[in-house]
Amino acid sequence: MRHAWPFMLFLGTVLILALSLGRDADEVPSPFIGKPAPALSLPSLLSPDQTVSLEQYAGRAFAVNVWGSWCPACYDEHDFLLALAKQKTVPIVGLNWKDTREEATRWLAQLGNPYEDVAFDAAGDVGINWGVYGAPETFLVNHEGVVVYKHVGPLTADVWQQEFMSRLQ
Amino acid sequence: MRWSLLIFLLLCAQSSGAIDSESFDDPVLQKRYQSIIFELRCLVCQNQSIQDSDADLAKDLRRQVREMLLDERSDLEIMDYMVERYGDYVRYRPALRRSNLGLYLAPALVALLGIFLLVQTLRRHMVSAQQLDSNQAQQVQEALPNDE
Repeated sequence: MRHAWPFMLFLGTVLILALSLGRDADEVPSPFIGKPAPALSLPSLLSPDQTVSLEQYAGRAFAVNVWGSWCPACYDEHDFLLALAKQKTVPIVGLNWKDTREEATRWLAQLGNPYEDVAFDAAGDVGINWGVYGAPETFLVNHEGVVVYKHVGPLTADVWQQEFMSRLQ
Repeated sequence: MRWSLLIFLLLCAQSSGAIDSESFDDPVLQKRYQSIIFELRCLVCQNQSIQDSDADLAKDLRRQVREMLLDERSDLEIMDYMVERYGDYVRYRPALRRSNLGLYLAPALVALLGIFLLVQTLRRHMVSAQQLDSNQAQQVQEALPNDE
């Protein structure tokens, strides 16, 4: 009985550590989930004299995909984005983050453009406003304008099916 | 000679401290700036504050803090702005909430547990020491030659 104490402490420690094993410590939960999407009003990447704003999507669900031509993981998810755009489930709004206009334009010309609109955020201020900390990140906004999900890292068909489609109903 | 050495050392200290060149002329603002960026976690680096980090995001967040300070926003407003966007994770000293109550109470609980165990162990040792003493005393008594 005298030796039960250290053993229980040990078991407790093992339990706590085991529970945290399954969690990705790098993933920061977004505080935006369940809240209205932050404002976005930026010059368009492809037609600089036009403004991209989210108001034109009011009443519709849409995805916001944060990307940059400097980002290898964005390259990985690009094929899936193209396939997703073809399905026409929801419009994808691109947020081109901390990029240059030339390189981003060349990227879309070479790889194809899955975006309904691409907002150009060279300084990264809008990214900060959306709590972005690394591209690619994909937000799902529902028809009420509320952020319902955020995925960090390359989007895949599995993630889309499990996390996004289930929240679109 | 001594003075020049002192000045040299002071200059060294200065240059190693200035990680980012962007600073305020106003010493009060500079102090607030330093304490804020020291408390904000760089989200893409392992265990660095945005003051420490050279990552792009850290630079952007520093710029954001600087702009807000120049905009005469209070420290609290700046912290709230960051927490609203990046969650409690962005602060090294997050606000006390029900979800992190355990985190704040754990050190005190562990200290209490430690004190409790210490007292118990000490008490047991003292008791056994006393018992040993009386046993030993008897042994000593018996072992001692009886000189009459």
